Amino acid sequence: MRDFSYLRAGSIDAARQAAALPGAMLLAGGTTLIDLAKCGVAEPETLVDITHLKGLDSIEVSERGATIGTLAKMGHVADHADIKSRFPAVSEALWQAASAQIRNMATIGGNLMQRTRCPYFRDPSNFPACNKREPGSGCSAIGGVTRGHAVLGTSDACIAMYPGDLAVALVAFDAIVHLGQRQIPVDDFFLLPGATPDKEHAIEPGEMITAIEIPSLASARRSTYLKIRDRQSYEFAAASAAVGIEFEADGRTIRDLRVALGGVATKPWRARAVEDALKGKVLEPDAVRAASLLAVEGAVDHGANHYKIELAPRVVARAILKMGETA
Amino acid sequence: MTVHNIRHGDASDGAEAVGGRLSRVDGPAKITGAAKYAVEQQLEGLAYAVLVESTIASGKVRAIDTKAAEAAPGVLQVLTPDTIISLRTASDWFGTPPPDKPYCPLARDITFSGQHVAAIVAETFEQAVAAAALVKLSYDEAPSIVDLSDAKAGDGIPIDAMTKEWGDAQAAFASAPVRICAAYNTPREYQAPMEPHGLIARWEGDQLTVWEPSQWLDGMARTYAEWFGVPFENVRLVSPYIGGGFGSKALALSHGAVAACAAKMLGRPVRLVMTRPQTFTGYGGRAATRQTVTIGADAQGKIQSIVHRGVNETSIDGMWVEPLGSVTSIMYATPNFSSKQNVVRVNSVVPGAMRAPGENPSAFGIESAIDELAYEVGIDPLEIRLRNYAEQDPYAKKAWSTRQLREAFAAGAERFGWSKRSPEPRSMRDGNQLIGWGVAAGTYPVRRAYGEAIVRILADGSVEVESSSIDMGQGTYTILAQTAAETVGVRADDVVVKLGDSRFPRAGVTGGSRLAGVMTGAVYKAATSALDQLVGLAISDPRSPFHALQANTLVVANGRIGSPRGDGPDVSIAELLKSVGRDHIEATGDTMPANSTPEDRYKNYTTIAMALPHTEGDYSRHSWCAHFIEVHVDEDFGTVRVSRVVSALDSGRLYNPKLAESQWKGGIIMGIGQALLEEGIVDRRHGRIVNNNLADYLVPTNADIPDIEVISVGIPDLHSSVLGGKGVGELAIVGVAPAIANAVFHATGKRVRDLPITLEKLI
Repeated sequence: MRDFSYLRAGSIDAARQAAALPGAMLLAGGTTLIDLAKCGVAEPETLVDITHLKGLDSIEVSERGATIGTLAKMGHVADHADIKSRFPAVSEALWQAASAQIRNMATIGGNLMQRTRCPYFRDPSNFPACNKREPGSGCSAIGGVTRGHAVLGTSDACIAMYPGDLAVALVAFDAIVHLGQRQIPVDDFFLLPGATPDKEHAIEPGEMITAIEIPSLASARRSTYLKIRDRQSYEFAAASAAVGIEFEADGRTIRDLRVALGGVATKPWRARAVEDALKGKVLEPDAVRAASLLAVEGAVDHGANHYKIELAPRVVARAILKMGETA
Repeated sequence: MTVHNIRHGDASDGAEAVGGRLSRVDGPAKITGAAKYAVEQQLEGLAYAVLVESTIASGKVRAIDTKAAEAAPGVLQVLTPDTIISLRTASDWFGTPPPDKPYCPLARDITFSGQHVAAIVAETFEQAVAAAALVKLSYDEAPSIVDLSDAKAGDGIPIDAMTKEWGDAQAAFASAPVRICAAYNTPREYQAPMEPHGLIARWEGDQLTVWEPSQWLDGMARTYAEWFGVPFENVRLVSPYIGGGFGSKALALSHGAVAACAAKMLGRPVRLVMTRPQTFTGYGGRAATRQTVTIGADAQGKIQSIVHRGVNETSIDGMWVEPLGSVTSIMYATPNFSSKQNVVRVNSVVPGAMRAPGENPSAFGIESAIDELAYEVGIDPLEIRLRNYAEQDPYAKKAWSTRQLREAFAAGAERFGWSKRSPEPRSMRDGNQLIGWGVAAGTYPVRRAYGEAIVRILADGSVEVESSSIDMGQGTYTILAQTAAETVGVRADDVVVKLGDSRFPRAGVTGGSRLAGVMTGAVYKAATSALDQLVGLAISDPRSPFHALQANTLVVANGRIGSPRGDGPDVSIAELLKSVGRDHIEATGDTMPANSTPEDRYKNYTTIAMALPHTEGDYSRHSWCAHFIEVHVDEDFGTVRVSRVVSALDSGRLYNPKLAESQWKGGIIMGIGQALLEEGIVDRRHGRIVNNNLADYLVPTNADIPDIEVISVGIPDLHSSVLGGKGVGELAIVGVAPAIANAVFHATGKRVRDLPITLEKLI
């Protein structure tokens, strides 16, 4: 960790301007930033502290949807009564993320900016080659230890997993990221690595996440987040699924279905092929299992992560069937 | 460090004698943060050292460019193999005289990734970290041997001392009607103590003080003394509390040498603490192992032959033998047996001791294999163990001192409800969850060594105990207070135990589950001697209120002295000492053989060469246990969750059941981690562990641990220790991993022989 200057932003605009300067980074909960600074990945020259700014930590839920301030703590959002009742998948994704201590520190905006857990990305001194860290330097992960790497959305330049849970639920329900003046769908906020894996988010210098908006959807009200992992708690997903269902009046025919995957892709992964295959159909186990295989269409493994291609459709199917049972 | 006994206001307050459930006397200090760990000492002029490690696994350091680091703010020193002072090679832990050659804790010749190559010393920790990143190393890289599966690794070196054979195992196997043969593998595993390794070293003239978490103060002091060529007495180790060791903190290691060199060269105290990633390469975890177990049996499952072959990895220039035949050779009666072992050199740090080294992987082999034999023969896995019960030590051909394993099987099975088990694999389920029940046995030898203690009865009637042994959470402070309290006849509240300073009376290594048996014995002897002096004064001193009584003996209880019949005076210890004009009574006790010379003592406390074999004399001494474990395996996801554990254990007499149960449960939890989660994963191109942190090297969380029921089935074993206890700390991990693997087979019909049992092995 090298020396850096610390700046306490006086306002949102001041924070945005300060963070736009070269080498500057915003400091919110710090749970990712300090971790990355300790392993030599993040080397900010200036930290712009926004934790004290007023009006950025609210959680407002109305008939139109939920608006969550960027500084709201993961733990508060997870435990918010209206989030739990109207967006169960969002609450469950947060509950199953990280540890209680981290959830109490980490913010929603910071959560969206969370970086990959790729061990090659996190160890610059041993693995200088990392296109995400140093564009053009190569990818140390390809050909290495890949048990935790992505099988969807990868490129020749990068196979690093998107590690988060919350954004998987947000992608399923078409949440919007507020960047001050600009608002973009969360699915567009996260970028595929392609040839530029260093560019992870559609956020420009001078912009700052101010809030997340989740539209009110019937499918979000009947939703769940199923996370499968070797360890019962405090581990990233081997595969996870955010699923929401809205039935027709008959209580059997699927009017709307939302499916997104975590733990398998380079970004939060919306599985529209699964949704399209089942929408308008009667929910039935064999059909669900068959359609769930579409979740990993186009998946490419790197050896040790092959199991994810087997596992992910099973997680999707279990989550859809679980939501069907509550009909 | 002084730990005062604290009243808890619960039932434990009345549990002060040996065998009582007294709560940990060091607990409040740890919970409130009052406990000061080794590297938390605040010293005047403290400087900070940070290590620079090799990023290749094999080769030579061609050049070290330190210019930028030297110019960095706050940097005091840049240590490299060229600039660090030369040390002498120290003897090993057997005390073998070392070769007369220099020792350099910083390497030019690289034999593993993560080897210490340089160090920065700066005014602040942050400055040292920043400067360390500026050191530029260039290498001449050579091919490396990654691990046991590397084609270049070969068959390794036969370790003849590990060979155990009787009968004709190959012929008996060939003619046996039922035969099974399988290979069992365990990966590199890491102790991962919560407190990382580190130290503060300070020189005053030729006197060295080292504050360092240590499982063996006297052994480590010897190593430091030999490195620097100063008398043993000139080195003081201080280690009041240890945040977990699990075998990894018994020896002085190269990072300690670096810090002590830096302190000497700089003339200032130096603190060096490893980062978490460095703890995966700075010293060794458990060696990866491979075993082949073949069993020949008759149609009733009676074993005719066991042939066992084992391999463990060691480093290129160090030797570590993980004794893989240790359980194999004693658990079951067999007329024919053969076990042999090789070690294979790979480019890794030399492996080290980790909870039950040897017995742990050994049990994974034999206790999985016997389960496979049970299914092959078609009898219950518990029944096959009873059918092959060893009535005496099959290898040493000696009687067991005590072996309550049959009782452990019975008590565990009863409590678990084993008789309700459905024998067929995949025959028990709850929705998507396949349910499996598994059993396995474990054992650990009783290692006996030596210790000494001082017991003082002070003017205020309180009692003080001193020993250079340590408490790394297992409860030494507490059981020694109980021992002294019971023996002298005071309340445990009135005993102060001082540990963790090599200026105190000496003790051997805290490892191999030997400390409690050794130190309760030494304190018992010292306390008995102090009590004799006290009673002697009371009877014979003319100023004593008991003098006129002309009694032969007196009774001391609850800190008061009286006559056995209660017909004389009744005074407190403090009153008696005052009346006879003494400000204290002091006695030393030890567990050494009579007529031991000072040289014997030095060797006993600073090496493991003099430890008594567990088969010394007429008996074979071991702790025993049986684990009954239920797992739920998700049939779609392959995730294994342990849902129930009942373990019955024979550690002989328990000095404090509450603390023994805690250690047993800790061992079982560590076994769950070993079975399901723990594995050091090597990048084969770089020969480097990549999951070198606690987010990626998984150990169990609370959510992974069900209620664990432990049952003590032990009886006092006076062949094993002065007060009748056998080993506690290592025992309970042994057999957990095979019990889980056996339960997974029962649940799924899939036999997993490679730990850990991760989900991709089951989907």
